[in-house]
Formats: sequence, C-alpha cells, structure tokens
Amino acid sequence: MTQLALVIDLNVCVGCHACVTSCKEWNTSGAAGYLSDDRPYGQDPTGTFFNRVQTFEVGEFPNTDTVHFPKSCLHCEDPPCVPVCPTGASYKRPEDGIVLVDYDKCIGCKYCAWACPYGVREIDEHQKVMKKCTLCVDRIYDMSVPESERKPACVLACPTNARLFGDVHDPESAVSIAISENGGYALMPEWGTKPANHYLPRRKTRIKIHADELVRADNPLKKEGVLPKPDVKEPSLDDATSW
Amino acid sequence: MHPAFSVIFLTTLIGTGQGFFLALYTEQVYSVVELLPPQPASFYTLGSAIALAFLIAGLIASFFHLGHPERAWRSAARWRTSWLSREVIVLPALMGAVAAYGLVHYYEWDLNIIGIKTSAHGDLSLVVGAGGTALAFLLFLCTGMIYACIKFLQEWASWLTVFNYTLFGLASGFLLATAYAAYRAPALMYFYGGWTVVATAVVLATRVGSLIRNRRFKHKSTIQTAIGVRHARIVQKSQGFMGGSFNTRDFFHGVAPWLFRWIKWIFLVLVFPVPMALLFAGMIDRSVTLITSAFVIQYLGLLVERWFFFAQANHPQNLYYQTIS
Repeated sequence: MTQLALVIDLNVCVGCHACVTSCKEWNTSGAAGYLSDDRPYGQDPTGTFFNRVQTFEVGEFPNTDTVHFPKSCLHCEDPPCVPVCPTGASYKRPEDGIVLVDYDKCIGCKYCAWACPYGVREIDEHQKVMKKCTLCVDRIYDMSVPESERKPACVLACPTNARLFGDVHDPESAVSIAISENGGYALMPEWGTKPANHYLPRRKTRIKIHADELVRADNPLKKEGVLPKPDVKEPSLDDATSW
Repeated sequence: MHPAFSVIFLTTLIGTGQGFFLALYTEQVYSVVELLPPQPASFYTLGSAIALAFLIAGLIASFFHLGHPERAWRSAARWRTSWLSREVIVLPALMGAVAAYGLVHYYEWDLNIIGIKTSAHGDLSLVVGAGGTALAFLLFLCTGMIYACIKFLQEWASWLTVFNYTLFGLASGFLLATAYAAYRAPALMYFYGGWTVVATAVVLATRVGSLIRNRRFKHKSTIQTAIGVRHARIVQKSQGFMGGSFNTRDFFHGVAPWLFRWIKWIFLVLVFPVPMALLFAGMIDRSVTLITSAFVIQYLGLLVERWFFFAQANHPQNLYYQTIS
C-alpha cells in the first residue's frame, strides 16, 4: 500500500512562504478551477489557501528559538474528516492515500472542517465547496512534465529543501529514512488520526569537549608554549619531532 | 466555534416539533388506557399540522447552512458512517410519519381498512404514532450525535449533549402542547404542564452538569502537541497572513469575554425560571396568552442556549490562529 506524504524539516525551514505562493499559483490555475482571492491588495484580503507558514517563538528572550511552521493537509491515515461527510464527497484514495474532495458532490455543509483538528480545510467563498491540499494530484501523475518535476508545487519551490515528498509506507524511501533517522513526528498524536505528513524537529549540532582535551596528554612538564625545536641541521620528521 | 444561525434555528425548531408530536401521541396512548379523556380527531390533526410546521421550518432553516442546497439530496448517501447523513434521512421520515399520523386522524382510518379488527379506537393512528415516536427519538439521537461524535471538540463529546438536545426538545414541545391544550382541551393542560416542569427540571440538571463539565475538563490538545515542540513557553508570532480566512471566521465566536459570560446567564434565566413562572401563572389563570408567552420566551432562551452551545466549543485548530502577526 502506498501513502504519499510530505515530510517537513523544521530545522531548515526559513519561513520564506515560497511554498505558500507556489501552491496558490499552481492550484488556482488548474482544471479544478480557481482558488478564491478577494481584495488581495485591499484593506482586508482573504482567500482560499491550501498551505500556510506560521511562526512560533519557543522559549523566553534571550534564549529563544524561532520556529517557522508550514501547515497543510496532513493526509491522515485515519482521517476524521472522511466518515463525517454526508455525501461521500470527502474521500481517501486507496491507491496512494491522498485525501481529496469531490467538488461536484460537496454540498458545502462545513461539517468536515469541524471534524478536522488541524484546521486545514477551507470553504471556497465563491464556489461554496470545501477545498484542501491535494498533494498536487494533477501534477505528480502528469506524464507531460519531466519526471523530476512530478512533485507537489510546494516541494519544488522550497529553496532550502525543507519539504520532502514520497511514500511513507515504503521503508526504503527518502521520506521514511528521514523520519526514522531524524526523529520525524506527527501533529496532535492524541487524537489517533495518524497523520501521513511528518515533521522533522529542530536539531542542534554541538561538539562536546572534555576537560582533559584542553591540555595535551603528551606534555609531561605541563608547560604550554613554543615547543623546543631541533636544530635546523638535524634531521626532522616535522616541526615538532626529531630523531 | 462561530455559531451559525441556520443550525441554531434548525435544532431548536425540529426539537420543538419532535417534542410537540411526542406530547400529542402520549395523550392518545393515555386516553386509550383511559387515564386521560379522549380527544376529537381534530385535536390530533391540527396538532400534527403544528408539529409538521415546526419540522418544515427547521428543514428550511438548515438549507441556509449549505453552500450548495441544490445538492442536498446527496447527503443521504453516507448513512453508514455519518450522523449528519442519518439525520438527513430520519428528519424527512419523521415528517412523513407526522403527516401520516395527522391524515389517519383526519380521515379516522383504523386497522379495519386492511382487515384487522381490534377493540381500540384509532388503532391505526396508534401504530403510525408508535413509528413516529421511534423516529422522533432517533432524530434526537442523530442531532445530538452530530456534535457528540467529534471527539476533539471536548465540550460536545459527551453523552450529556444527546441528553440535552432530547430534553430541551421535550421541554419546549410539551410547553407548546400546554399552550395548545389550554386553547383546545383545558382538561389536558395540567397533564402537559406537569410533564413540562419535569422535563425542564431534568434538563436544568443535565445542562448545568454539562456547564460544570466544560468548566472542569482539561483540553487534550495544546500548542505543544499542535506543533510538536516540547517547551513550556511557546508563543505564536504569526499565523501566516494578515487578513481573515475561513479559519479565523468560522471557529471563533468573536464576542467579548464579559458578554460571553453574560450570555450563559441570559439563557439560564430565559429557559428555566421565567417560562416556569409564566406557566404556573397561566395554569392558575387558565390563560392561553400567558402559557404561549412562556413558550415564546423559552424558545428565545433556547436560541441563546444553542448559540452558547456552539460558541463554547473550543476547536483545537484555534491553537494555530492565535496571533495575526
């Protein structure tokens, strides 16, 4: 069984919103119709977005860590939004695990948005149907684009490669390896939704220097300084040692 | 959650309709075993029409909630998994049963028309009414479970939600029935009035119980589980956009905290003590006006109660939308 998903590396996300704009650009131009975008340059802009980048501050000044946090549909393996849909418009594809909305069946009752704890479903204010991330399902299977570009628009746009795309059920895939080797985790595990998308935590690279590493062990006189050099005429192995 | 008026009207109107129909049928069953005086067919026919009017009004209100009301028929498809879909099936079924109940009384049909002879008067309407009663309780269950089944809306995810929906419907339906009895059959006024008081007293206990529960429980989701960072102090600095979105409009009630607290007391006063006082005064004076005004005031209170029910639910997605920028 295949479960396509994104793995988002919070360690390298710089919060540039390139994934947000490329997502909006791709998904507003597709066969499924536009995404609402009202007053984009006006006083109170609003619209439908599948992906957002949020920013959180962890800790207290001066010991703070700024976490940029991209959030889109997590394509849960047990999606709570699917069984509540009265029409069957909301469904999970068995072949690749993508959770999708059939815009022709959706009645716009918003019940699925109530049933999603992550707030990743949005009603399109003009088309009056529920919309959400499709993992660019109209792109990843499109044989007319080069194979290297058969990835979601957000993944292609990310300048720091913070977004990985692949099959999280295949233990050999790059995303599975990233999850297992870098401590990938799911959001709100308390609700048992088993999100397919995973996040990689912030990681700090530190070197540990032990006290005995600060002094040279082969220095019996414990005198640090310019070492006695052999005479220039004498044979030497390097600057420090002589025969 | 942001309370939607379409859903507030839907749940309160059908609740009254269901309760009123149950009041009518209860009277008929009691009269068959001679605990209450029998009523003419017109009592039930007009009563069924009133119950049906409430159910239809509720159904019409529900359409205002939909983005595509012309596709509403599709919502009967997923009854195996969705309580909303089940409600969509049970509501028209109940409307059919109530209409049939009224028609059977109007034409005074009995089981004789299919060749079954019984000694009970109006036996066919008893059978139809029994089906309607089952559907009315099933509809209370469906309506309540629509909210109670969403486990992470912890304010709703409780058996108290189903109980409250059922009992508020019964209280309001029986109160309307008291007013109807005062107008059409004064002998029934005390019977209906008594059960109105019982239903109202029980729902006072369960609703206050749910208010206490909602005060005490701890939300399972926190900002830590929402973004998966384990630290005691996490503050959102940006939600990703400066304007509004569906997430900021549909999940926040947008009322000032002091007003929010007042609204709770407004519904507690309008639903419980005021209508009960008017009901007592009306029953002493045998005044249709007083009992009707008791019903109207309690219905207004129920609208406020339902608003509060929605507004009090704190959706975990709100954790992601705390700060504009």
